[in-house]
Amino acid sequence: MLKDKACIVGIGDTPVCRKPGSGLSEMGIQLKAAVAALADAGLKASQIDGIMPFPNLGKAEAFAANLGCTNLRFAATLNMGGAAPTASIRAAAMAVATGVADYVMVPAGWNGFSGARVRETSVNDPDAIPGARIARDYYMPFGLTAPPQWYALMARRHMHEYGTTHEQLGAVALAMRKHAQLNPTALMHGKPLTMADYLASPMIADPYRLLDCCVETDGAAAFIVTSVERARDLKQKPIYIMGAAAGQPYPADEITNRPEFHRTGLTNAAPEAFRMAGITPVDADFAQIYDCFTFEVIQQLEEAGFCKRGEGGAFVENGGIELGGRLPVNTHGGLLSHAHTLGIGHVVEAVRQLRGEAGERQVKGAEIGVVTGWGDFGDGSIAILRR
Amino acid sequence: MTEMSYDKPLPAMEGLSKEFYDWCRQGELRFQRCKCCGTFRHVPREICAQCTSFDWEWVRSSGKGTIFTWTVVARALHPAFGDAAPYAPVVVEMEEGVRVLTQMVDCPPEELKIGMPVQVNFKAVTADVTLPYFRRA
Ligand SMILES: [Zn+2]
Repeated sequence: MLKDKACIVGIGDTPVCRKPGSGLSEMGIQLKAAVAALADAGLKASQIDGIMPFPNLGKAEAFAANLGCTNLRFAATLNMGGAAPTASIRAAAMAVATGVADYVMVPAGWNGFSGARVRETSVNDPDAIPGARIARDYYMPFGLTAPPQWYALMARRHMHEYGTTHEQLGAVALAMRKHAQLNPTALMHGKPLTMADYLASPMIADPYRLLDCCVETDGAAAFIVTSVERARDLKQKPIYIMGAAAGQPYPADEITNRPEFHRTGLTNAAPEAFRMAGITPVDADFAQIYDCFTFEVIQQLEEAGFCKRGEGGAFVENGGIELGGRLPVNTHGGLLSHAHTLGIGHVVEAVRQLRGEAGERQVKGAEIGVVTGWGDFGDGSIAILRR
Repeated sequence: MTEMSYDKPLPAMEGLSKEFYDWCRQGELRFQRCKCCGTFRHVPREICAQCTSFDWEWVRSSGKGTIFTWTVVARALHPAFGDAAPYAPVVVEMEEGVRVLTQMVDCPPEELKIGMPVQVNFKAVTADVTLPYFRRA
């Protein structure tokens, strides 16, 4: 059992931007976040002996060489796209709990605005994601070429089966934007949004409008995991990993032929994580839900068990996922209004909330928080953290 | 249409994918069916995920199905589809039980409906590649 065996002891992130771009290389911007995480934890780079880079965004060897990690002995990358950083919480916890590594660094980041744009790169490389060859042979000839289009198929079917509405998708966008107004580092800080603005934004891939889509961003973050014993001697109050799990939909590499169309990796992972943590979803004080698009928030709230499948639309309405609502979601503004840093920003925000460092957007008395990740064709990951 | 003028992405035409599209070029929509348990499958796979049998055959589909879900791409995110937008990728659930990602040839996006009966309608886009589009049944 992995419960309470490992902690997150350091976090770091860079400023996020669109124009004019970070001015750093893809490796450089991640190193900036990694160095910040080391300083936050009070660790030297030479103490880091495990590194878990994001898929296709740099090799552990390069991180170790740059940082001066002279004793790298655990290096792994989880092929789960945006689900990778949160899935890496579990893998890193396994490594430190078993003594395979002492301190594991998980970095992620990119020049997602000024460099390669996600919408252009996801499937042009036949090895970019596990399903890329299937996409090349069976989706791309028909113009299904990018993530909003893949997931729009799920959103449309959900609207048909459960009556989920455009306004409910909009409620997700509005909640994220509202939280961003309380976060000076968010890209959409100072740019409030109304439902009328949302409904007037141009269609991208029906039912997704422009404002259903996350903001392509330059930015990076990193966090450090160590054992409970080692955590006690460090600078920060440790954040305990109560439960963690990751899972794949079936089939994971093909999106149209799923026996249960809305079942994702999270459907399997969430009950495992909650069982491990010994809590139920209602015990969470907040959740950071991977929000590449608005419907994915509704879908993950359902699949994680915060509500039943089909009830996610009602769950997010009327301030349900806003600060002060029944479950504050993405208190930093999420991928939709803070920045698209590949889901690692959700982990960093969860740690800030549990440390009580979230400023104006602090969830009062936050003790337990949930983080999810979503990637590729519906890979899922979840971590349940406590202070 | 000649190969020179068609600029949209094409299947790689290798392995099982080539076999699937070669049948399309002959005007036949065929899916793999397990010879052991009879389960149809799509996209093509090496073995049967129901019973792990390696024995299978290409079986001709009725070509009939219903629309399972769809999206309308209003803003193309791939340069080759820039002029095509708005267009609608559609998932069709076939009578055989498998689902196929395709497009309709005769249905404006605003008339798409989940459950609409449809029928395969092949479209030769190059000398080598014929794609299984669909039309209203
Ligand atoms: Zn079989």
